[in-house]
Amino acid sequence: MTASSPDRGLGSHAVPPVGADDHVRGDGPVVIEYADLECLYCAKANVLLSAVPVRRVFRHFPVLSKHPRARVLAHALEAAAIQSAFWEMHGSLFGDQGHLDDPHLWQRCERLGLDVDAFERDRRSEAVAARVDRDFRAGVRAGVMTTPTIFYEDRAYPGVPGADLLERLGG
Amino acid sequence: MIEPGSSAPDFDLPDQDGNRISLGDLKGQTSVLTFFPAAFSPVCTDQLSIYHEVGADLAQRGARVYGVSVDNAFSLKAFQGALGITIPLLSDFHPKGAVSEAYGVYLPKRGVSARALVMIGPDLQVAWSYQPPSPLEIPGANLIFDALDGVVA
Repeated sequence: MTASSPDRGLGSHAVPPVGADDHVRGDGPVVIEYADLECLYCAKANVLLSAVPVRRVFRHFPVLSKHPRARVLAHALEAAAIQSAFWEMHGSLFGDQGHLDDPHLWQRCERLGLDVDAFERDRRSEAVAARVDRDFRAGVRAGVMTTPTIFYEDRAYPGVPGADLLERLGG
Repeated sequence: MIEPGSSAPDFDLPDQDGNRISLGDLKGQTSVLTFFPAAFSPVCTDQLSIYHEVGADLAQRGARVYGVSVDNAFSLKAFQGALGITIPLLSDFHPKGAVSEAYGVYLPKRGVSARALVMIGPDLQVAWSYQPPSPLEIPGANLIFDALDGVVA
């Protein structure tokens, strides 16, 4: 489904397959991850998943009432993606959860060599908001109710990945 | 737990601000009573936060979610504030768990409500109910929309 296609509501639907505009990196079994950038459990999952040989697919699942900056950060990450720095900003945000205010985001942009003016414009754009919302709504349809939730071989694994799952992923 | 097609058992409970909410107040709207074991437990926190996030979609469908637990109203007020949610939280504190019991979701050994969802139609009949196999399993918001698609559409 694209951001412009009609919304089919929030009833149950399988997790969408990997699409051309998904954020993907690595090689190996496909692991689709619904995560919130202000969630410490997601930050821990990031460390664990970075150490296993998988093809990671990141999808946004900001839970605003729990994490007031979650949606701002999701939009910031999408704005960085427009400048081809998705995984760099992803690593930066999860690597330091103590500095998530706007001036910290600008500092991160400067460190990553991004155009801060373009970043500021893009992160407030409707297209970026729609992109994040698309991921969130697909997650709700797939039954995501906590972050992180990992989908592997069509099964959902809510929470920080445990030793069993990591072992199956080759960790 | 209570089955679809039954009349919803009557209740009259204080919400987190002490306002009384009774079954009769739910007439004419679709209501989803979300029974949960305890305020401030991590699992409940995720559940109500995500139901809050989809509140606008629920409102579009003419549906509203209410939380119900055996916590007292002051605890529920603090819980609602901590989550930053607007879902009304009903206190089944005194007599303890009586409404949860009437809906068949009270766990007397543990002294709390089971995690369960009961959808009450505008006619105050139970339209749908769901109890996950484990209290650690959180009923997805998608299930509420599935029920709305089947029941209300």
